[in-house]
Amino acid sequence: MQDAALEGSDEEIDMEGEEETAEAFHLPTAEERAEEKNHVADIHVVQRRMRECVRVLGNFRKLGANGRLRSEYVEQLVSDIASYYGYNDFLAEKLFQLFPVSEAIEFFEANEVSRPVTIRTNTLKTRRRDLAQALINRGVNLEPIGKWTNVGLQVFESSVPIGATPEYLSGHYMLQAASSFLPVIALKPQPNERVLDMASAPGGKTTHIAALLQNTGIVFANDANKARTKSLTANVHRLGCKNVIACSYDGREFPKVMGGFDRVLLDAPCSGTGVISKDSSVKVNKSERDFHLLSHLQKQLILCAIDSVSPDSKTGGFLVYSTCSVTVDENEAVVDYALRKRPNVKLVDTGLGFGRDGFTKYRGKTFHPSVKLTKRFYPHVHNMDGFYVAKFKVEKRAKIKAGTQETGSTNAVDADEQQDVGFDSDEDKAFIEEGKRIQMKAKGLRVPRRRQSDIAGKVVKAAA
Amino acid sequence: MRPLTEDESKAVFTKLANYIGKNLIHLIDRKDEPYCFRLHKDRVYYVSESSMRMSISVARPNFVSVGTCFGKFSKSGKFKLHVTALDHIAQYAKYKVWIKSNGEMPFLYGNHVVKAHLGRITEDTPEHQGVVVFSMSDVPLGFGVTARSTVDTRKLDPTAIIVFHQADVGEYLRDEETLF
Repeated sequence: MQDAALEGSDEEIDMEGEEETAEAFHLPTAEERAEEKNHVADIHVVQRRMRECVRVLGNFRKLGANGRLRSEYVEQLVSDIASYYGYNDFLAEKLFQLFPVSEAIEFFEANEVSRPVTIRTNTLKTRRRDLAQALINRGVNLEPIGKWTNVGLQVFESSVPIGATPEYLSGHYMLQAASSFLPVIALKPQPNERVLDMASAPGGKTTHIAALLQNTGIVFANDANKARTKSLTANVHRLGCKNVIACSYDGREFPKVMGGFDRVLLDAPCSGTGVISKDSSVKVNKSERDFHLLSHLQKQLILCAIDSVSPDSKTGGFLVYSTCSVTVDENEAVVDYALRKRPNVKLVDTGLGFGRDGFTKYRGKTFHPSVKLTKRFYPHVHNMDGFYVAKFKVEKRAKIKAGTQETGSTNAVDADEQQDVGFDSDEDKAFIEEGKRIQMKAKGLRVPRRRQSDIAGKVVKAAA
Repeated sequence: MRPLTEDESKAVFTKLANYIGKNLIHLIDRKDEPYCFRLHKDRVYYVSESSMRMSISVARPNFVSVGTCFGKFSKSGKFKLHVTALDHIAQYAKYKVWIKSNGEMPFLYGNHVVKAHLGRITEDTPEHQGVVVFSMSDVPLGFGVTARSTVDTRKLDPTAIIVFHQADVGEYLRDEETLF
């Protein structure tokens, strides 16, 4: 009954067209929400409620209703976003948490609009000015993308299909999203280098690298999916890249196949939360498990990529990690993991003049402070796909004295434990030693030989 | 991946000589870097020796391509030149045909070149000679074989075929699945 009355009053206000609805706005209680689940929600009601929630959350202390929690508003807003834009609840919440409230709405709005069509001039065959002129003659309306690139063109409208002009077919340009330029610009390959592109199909970035190398040196273009290597080779041949070796390995096999690269680009397989405007199936088909699997794969790949870089390279020794995803567990978390696992790498500036800094803290997780040097790109801010770029410098492995530092820290922990729980560390010494040995082995450090006393301890343990 | 046998090289070189004639020597003896022909499965790749050495470390089942794919051997041992070789052929082509802009799209859809679309043609091109087809702005579009000699073309009607189509860059889209 109460529900019906409220809805009635809402409609009344809507008809009057009043903007001042603060006192009329009522956050549905848990029961009312359960009720609403049963029938299809009115889209105008949902939209208005979202607007109100955003407004209230913007100044909660003043506008929040008595006795209602901030989390209730957030919960309502997230579920409204999920139903209004058609996301599953998990993904809506995950993306919502990345931004302040009002910006989150902008982000979701931007995902509904498609990004501008952009092309990249193939500098192996033509110049941007010539290409622009040729396309204008065919009735294409275009303009350079921005100051940050001298090969990109943005297409506004075209009377001919832009992917089938004679210029396209003879390899004068590549249809490529603006965001895909970024990792290659960050990679900055120099002529005569050996470069690896670990996940390369359909070859937009590979051919960009080959163009920057001016067909010198060598580009290894790898893709795990054999079917996708067809489009890769087609593009490589069409754009006239003669220094490319295409192969189809699992990226994780890589330092074994070939190592010693001057530069490595890892455009990792990702959930695609940055390109929802291109592929909206992401909205519903990604679950928590997918994110776990993907970030696990990304962590494996980034370590392999680091190991493939030659630290002795005179001109390079760089790795660029990029994803077309905006979530933290595929980006900063992976980068932080790599920094922890490989002490010989450090983050360096990407050399891209724009983009937001990476998160150093996120929902209780603290990352290495240098993660700030990585760059994030958002559809609602930069008008390109959501993207993430991190650039590493791989240095020579320093010879670390295994054990010295480690035992120091673990000893301190032991002392703590002793006070709290009251174990007798002398008695458990054999076990503690054994535990340390296992830990060191797991980290790949060389384990010192067993001492006689340890063996004695083991015997005692066995006897017990 | 292996070097070509004598029969195979002969098949490849005679086919190439059809388009570039004596310039073939420039493909084999390059000033900048030694290049070589390599065969993988039935495809022939033209690749610099340094790239070739690198690609040796790729295992056979994982190998996709190296350098430029020139074409493939059919089951009966004939060599078919692919459009991917166009860059190299166009560079050294002996006989050329330029087509007007209204003839570009028909040619890129796989049609023969008719007289109405003919812009220019190299003087004294013989009959049944391999030619490279260019657009009027000197962009290579494909290659084919002349149907008539230059002299004979003068008296033909506008719908008569001048060049038989063999390969064009439109195949990158049309035949992406089978080309590689």
